[in-house]
Order: sequence, then C-alpha cells, then structure tokens
Amino acid sequence: MTAAAAVQLVLYLGVLLALAKPLGIYMARAYEGRPMILGPVLGPVERFLYRIAGVKADDEMDWKRYALAMLLFNFVGFLLLYALQRLQGGLPLNPARLPSVGPDLSFNTAISFVTNTNWQSYSGEQTMSDLTQMLGLAVQNFLSAASGMAVLVALVRGFARRSASTVGNFWADTVRGTLYVLLPLSFILALALVSQGVAQTFSASKRVALVEPVTVTSPKLDAAGAQVKDAQGNPVTETVTVTGQTLALGPAASQIAIKQLGTNGGGFFNVNSAHPFENPTPLSGFLELVAILLIPGALCLTFGEMVRDRRQGWAILAAMAVILAAFAAVDVASEQRGNPLLAKLGADQRPSATQGGGNMEGKEVRFGPVASALWATATTAASNGSVNAMHDSFTPLGGLAPMALMQIGEVVFGGVGSGLYGMLAFVIVAVFIAGLMVGRTPEYLGKKIGSFEMKMASLVILVPPATVLLGTALAVATAAGRGGTLNPGAHGFSEILYAFSSAGNNNGSAFAGLSANTPFYDFTLGLAMFFGRFWTKIPILAIAGSLAAKKMTPAGAGTLATHTPLFVGLLVGTVILVAALTFLPALALGPIVEHLQMLAMAR
Amino acid sequence: MRSQLRPALVLLVALHVLTGLVYPLAVTGVAQVVWPAEAGGSLVAVNGRARGSRLIGQPFSSPGYFWGRPSATSPVPYDASASSGSNLGPTNPALLELVRARIAALRAADPTLKGPIPVDLVTASASGLDPDISVAAALVQIPRVARARGIGEAGVRALVERHAVAPTLGLLGEPRVNVLLLNLALDAGSERGPGEVPRPGV
Repeated sequence: MTAAAAVQLVLYLGVLLALAKPLGIYMARAYEGRPMILGPVLGPVERFLYRIAGVKADDEMDWKRYALAMLLFNFVGFLLLYALQRLQGGLPLNPARLPSVGPDLSFNTAISFVTNTNWQSYSGEQTMSDLTQMLGLAVQNFLSAASGMAVLVALVRGFARRSASTVGNFWADTVRGTLYVLLPLSFILALALVSQGVAQTFSASKRVALVEPVTVTSPKLDAAGAQVKDAQGNPVTETVTVTGQTLALGPAASQIAIKQLGTNGGGFFNVNSAHPFENPTPLSGFLELVAILLIPGALCLTFGEMVRDRRQGWAILAAMAVILAAFAAVDVASEQRGNPLLAKLGADQRPSATQGGGNMEGKEVRFGPVASALWATATTAASNGSVNAMHDSFTPLGGLAPMALMQIGEVVFGGVGSGLYGMLAFVIVAVFIAGLMVGRTPEYLGKKIGSFEMKMASLVILVPPATVLLGTALAVATAAGRGGTLNPGAHGFSEILYAFSSAGNNNGSAFAGLSANTPFYDFTLGLAMFFGRFWTKIPILAIAGSLAAKKMTPAGAGTLATHTPLFVGLLVGTVILVAALTFLPALALGPIVEHLQMLAMAR
Repeated sequence: MRSQLRPALVLLVALHVLTGLVYPLAVTGVAQVVWPAEAGGSLVAVNGRARGSRLIGQPFSSPGYFWGRPSATSPVPYDASASSGSNLGPTNPALLELVRARIAALRAADPTLKGPIPVDLVTASASGLDPDISVAAALVQIPRVARARGIGEAGVRALVERHAVAPTLGLLGEPRVNVLLLNLALDAGSERGPGEVPRPGV
C-alpha cells in the first residue's frame, strides 16, 4: 500500500469518527422524542402522520406487538412493490416505454428492496421505469432502512429499561427515523451529488452524435430478438455503422443519496456507482463513501447515549473500525499490486505521478485501485452493496476481503440498525464466553444474560451462515446453479459463494458475472434474503423484550468492564473466530485456491 | 392484528407520497434551478450542437484520435443506454487473450511504441463508459496522434498537459485526462490551423 493510499484510509476513518458523535446524539434525541433542531419544521408533519394513521406515539408495544407491526409493514410494502413492477408498462413516468417486469424478477426485486438488500438481477436503465425507481425502489430504500433502525432502537431500550414490559412504538420509531434522520440527510447529499454531475431530471434519454462514428459487427436478430441463421444453420452477422449515442438519464441523485445513507446499495443504472451519472468525480465518490458508513457508525453513539454510557458506544465503534481498517489495508494493497498475469503480458501497473496503476480491469480511471478497494471494503462492511468497480474482476485476495466482510455477518458497521443489533448479539456471546472463563454469570450493562438471550443471539449469528452455505451447496450441486457462472474454475465457485454471502447477509453486491436473473437464482436468493433479514430481526426483538423485563444489577468488583480495550479485543476476536470457523473451508475452495493458481501461472 | 392494519396502510401510503414523490420532486426542483447543466447530463456543445456528455466516454479508433478505455458494453462499445463491465476474473484466459490483443493493436498502430503499456489502456472499465484515461495512457499515444495528423509532438503534448486533471486536493482520485474533451480540442485546433492537417482516416 502506498503512503497516499494510507493517508486516504486515515482521512476516511477520521471523517467518519468525527461525524459519529454529533449525528449519534442527534438520532438519540429523535428516537426519544426529545426537542430537537428540526422539530419546529418537521414536528407538525410528524403529528399529522400520527393523526391520519390513528397512532399514539406514547402507546407502547411489547416485543410481540412490535414484531407484528414490523412484519405487517414490511409485508404490505412487499406487495405494493411487487404490484408496481408487474404493472409499470401501463403506468405513467415511463419515458423509455419499458414493459412490465416478469413475475420471477418482480418477486426477487421486491424481497430484495424490502429486506434492505438491494440485490439487483436486472439492469436499471433497461428494466425499471422512472416511476418504479422513484415510487417503488427508492421508497423501500427509506422504509427498509427506517424499519431496521426501529428494531435496533427497540433492542437498545431493552438494555436501557428496567422491569419494563414494552420496547417502544414501531410506528413512531419508523416515522421518526424517516422524517428526522433519513430525509434531511438524503436531501443534502442528493444536492451535493447533483453539483458534481449526478443526473436528476425527468426528461427522457438524450441522443447525441458521436464525434467518430463506430462500425460494429454483431449477430443479426429478428423481430422477436432471436438470432437469425442462414441455410447451413450458421448465425448471420451484420455490420452496422453507429453514428449516435443514447445517454440514459433520470432522477438518479435523489435515489443514490438514500441508497448510500440507508445501506441499501441498489443502483439507478446497471453498473451502480461506477456509472459516471451516478458517481462522476473523486469528490462525489468520497461523499458517497462517507454516506455508506455514516449512519451505521453514528448509531453506536446513539446506543451509548440511550443507555446513558457513551463509552459503551465508543467501544463497539472501535471494534468495528479496527476490523474495517485491517480488511481495507489488505484490499487496497492487493488491488494496487495488480495482476501479475497482466504485467507478464506487458501492462504497466506501477502507481506513479501519471497513473494510478494497479488492477484496472473493471475499474474507472477517476477512482483507480485505491478508492475502488476502499469502497469495496466499506460497502461490504456495511450491508450497502453499491459498487464503484466490478468486484468480479478484483484480484483473488482483493475479492476475498469483501466476501469475508459479508460472511462475518454484516456486523462491522453493517446495515443501518441491523449492523449494530447484529454486533450486540456478538457482544452477548462475547460476555458469555468471558463469563465462562472466570466462572461468573455473564452480564452486560447491568443485565444478566440468561440462556434465553444466548439461544436467541445464537440464532442471529447462525441463521445467515447456514443460509449462505446451504444455498451455495444447493447451487453447485445443481445444473441450474452451475449454469449461471461466467468465469471458469475456482472463480466460478467464488461467483456463487459471493452471491449467497451477499443475499443471506442482505448486502446486495455481486460478482456480477453470475447470470442471476434465472428462475433458480431469483427464487433461491430471494429466500436467502428473506431468512437473513427476518430470522434475525425477530430473535433480536425477543431479546429486547426479555432484557427490558429484567432488573438492573449494580456493577460489582467482579463485573467485566465492557468499555475497555480488553473487551474490544475480546469482541473482535469473537467475531473473527466465528466467521473463520464457519467460512475458511469455503473460502479455500474459491479465492484462496485462485490466488495460488495465479501465482503459479505468473511464474 | 386489526388495530395495526390501519397504521400499516395509512403510513405506507403517506410515506410513499413523502419519500417517493415529494422528496425526489423537491430535489429535482432545486437541482434544475441551481445546477441545470449538471442535472441534465453535463452535455458538451460544439457550435451549438450537442456532441456528447463530458462525463460519458465515446469510442475512438482512428490513429489521429486519442483512444479511450476498452469498453465492455455489447455489441456497441460505449453504449450509454446499457452500461456494463466485463466481469472477467483475474485468471480467466479470455481476459488474458483480450489484453494480449489490445497490446498488439496499440503496438501495430505505432511501431515505435516500446516498453510496458499503461494498464488502463488495455483493460475494460467498470461502466463501459469511462470518460478518462490516465495521463500516462495519453502520453504514450502522443507520437501516433501527432504522426497521423501531421503535426508536431510538442503541440499535442501541450494539449494533453492542458487537459490533465490532478487528484482532488492532491489526494482523492487519480491523475487523468478526459478523452472526449481532448479529442474535441484536437479537432478545434486543426480547424484554426493552416489547414494542412488531414482528417483522420477511419
């Protein structure tokens, strides 16, 4: 890793940590319904929403009612999004006249956006109308994020309260998260992105004349899109001179802002944030990169504020930052070093004053290897999944890092809300292990951790890996699964493992060579996203209910302090150990063996 | 269950209106007033005619133009209505064959081109629409472009240096040159010139 790359990493972490405290405290005030700066403007909107919906914000729910409300809200949202795609051909705001989306893809995409995954089996500019993008996909970007944050806040209340039977009101938490946190931040970010050149228009695509017309030879297609064959059955090709370029445009900036802030990641265009109209400059890239981890990082401080001990929030944030920095360093170094096979062919990959160098297949020049690798680690540490480079073309170790970060369970920052509640499940396991070592009843923040909490935390930690490994096994065991890979050998296996790691942990990025828009993948990955999301959310709410009902035990001389570097180390160790035990065999079959093959081929 | 149905339905509809209509319309409204050119695709006009977007690359293959990144959009390169990367893995023989052929084509177009070729010039971009090449990738093309246009290398080099963009704040991004703007400047320069510059052959 060059010095300039290290400075970029430090700058990035510095900006994140500096913003975490003010935003974290702001969010705590929002969720506790305390007076706040945007209150005079948005308070009337909040009260109006409660009035028409018949919600009393202080009418608290126990964890089961809270879970039911959350499931209902997500289920109806799923139905709406499914219907919108199936009907888009007959609906307005469809300047490119795109047809309605088929049932497999609509099912997959609706689950994908409701679960905050944003796995995309389709190409945005060629499949989804402006109306579907704006009123369907972007709306679920807000709502799935708000619903993840709501579940986290319920869990935090479980820690903060004593002998209580309720964990909050789901409707109020969802409205407050959307109104006070996601909307204002998105509005600011969207305008900053437009100033850099991100498209935001309702006019249809623009046609311009190419400076130099281009002649291409391509297979001739008939009216139905099938290949024309001559009498001998050979495909007929035709030579066409193309004189113009169609620039696909749309209301992209407003959607990109929330896709980054809400850890959604679903792009407006096919290549996501590698598209110049989604991410035109290094500065827009940096702003989007900060937005990816902004809320997940700040929520740690929201947690500290709400349990009235900010040190606890800092400790968890420190554990996340340590893991992120380690993976980022490996990834940046690997992508900067480049591909030895291309060097052998005569490509110059050395970073210099006139080029970024490195492994440039599937990367944009304005980002180069450093910003691309930083992004790859941030987007998979968070369950964001947007990309500014094609992960499928990363070096084997450069691709291993993002894959492993997802397999860790999206708890290093993770999704908004879901990342921290996943990490708190690991905290429960960590204090349990510490308790076993010293022979004391484990406790955290004054709450005794019992067998019920341990069972639920185990579910949260084990369901996603089970989904990933079983899904991968099913795919490689069937022709339908194996048929989707683009690259041969170990890399093809990596494409499948990456897909299920992404879906089962609600990330949404891909080794995009995999042809995932088939009934097999649409269905299996759809199920993986569903289990990964809701089979963790419900056990978390069960923990919240159980903890809220407990008494507070005052800290004694033998209590394990959970804000110290020692505990941060214990937490990091627990997270890494669980992931390594679960996934090292699978990783050995994919990226690790490919790395060794690459070194052998380069000799 | 029934008591939760009303808030679920009403809030879903209300939040759809707020986040799906009011929010994007408000962003569009401000964007169109304050940054109309940026929001509309950053078009480049020559003599009042749109010749492209400064953010979206175009295919160039004549020796008298600077060439951009290889594009993986198919079948037409730089198809800005269907962005795509190659998704070829680092050890895929298909990738190695493509890179070998691209290096050979560059050397065939300029037999004086010796030494390693800047990597971005022989690898496909992520979007298939990359508007930039590295400064190094522009520098190695100067002799070919100058010879094809029959002009001095010094003039072309000055043009490249004028179009070179440094990393933002010396830190973010990489040194680069916008290929479309550079080629438009080449054409504009030759129009103002004495007129002995032949049109680049296709």
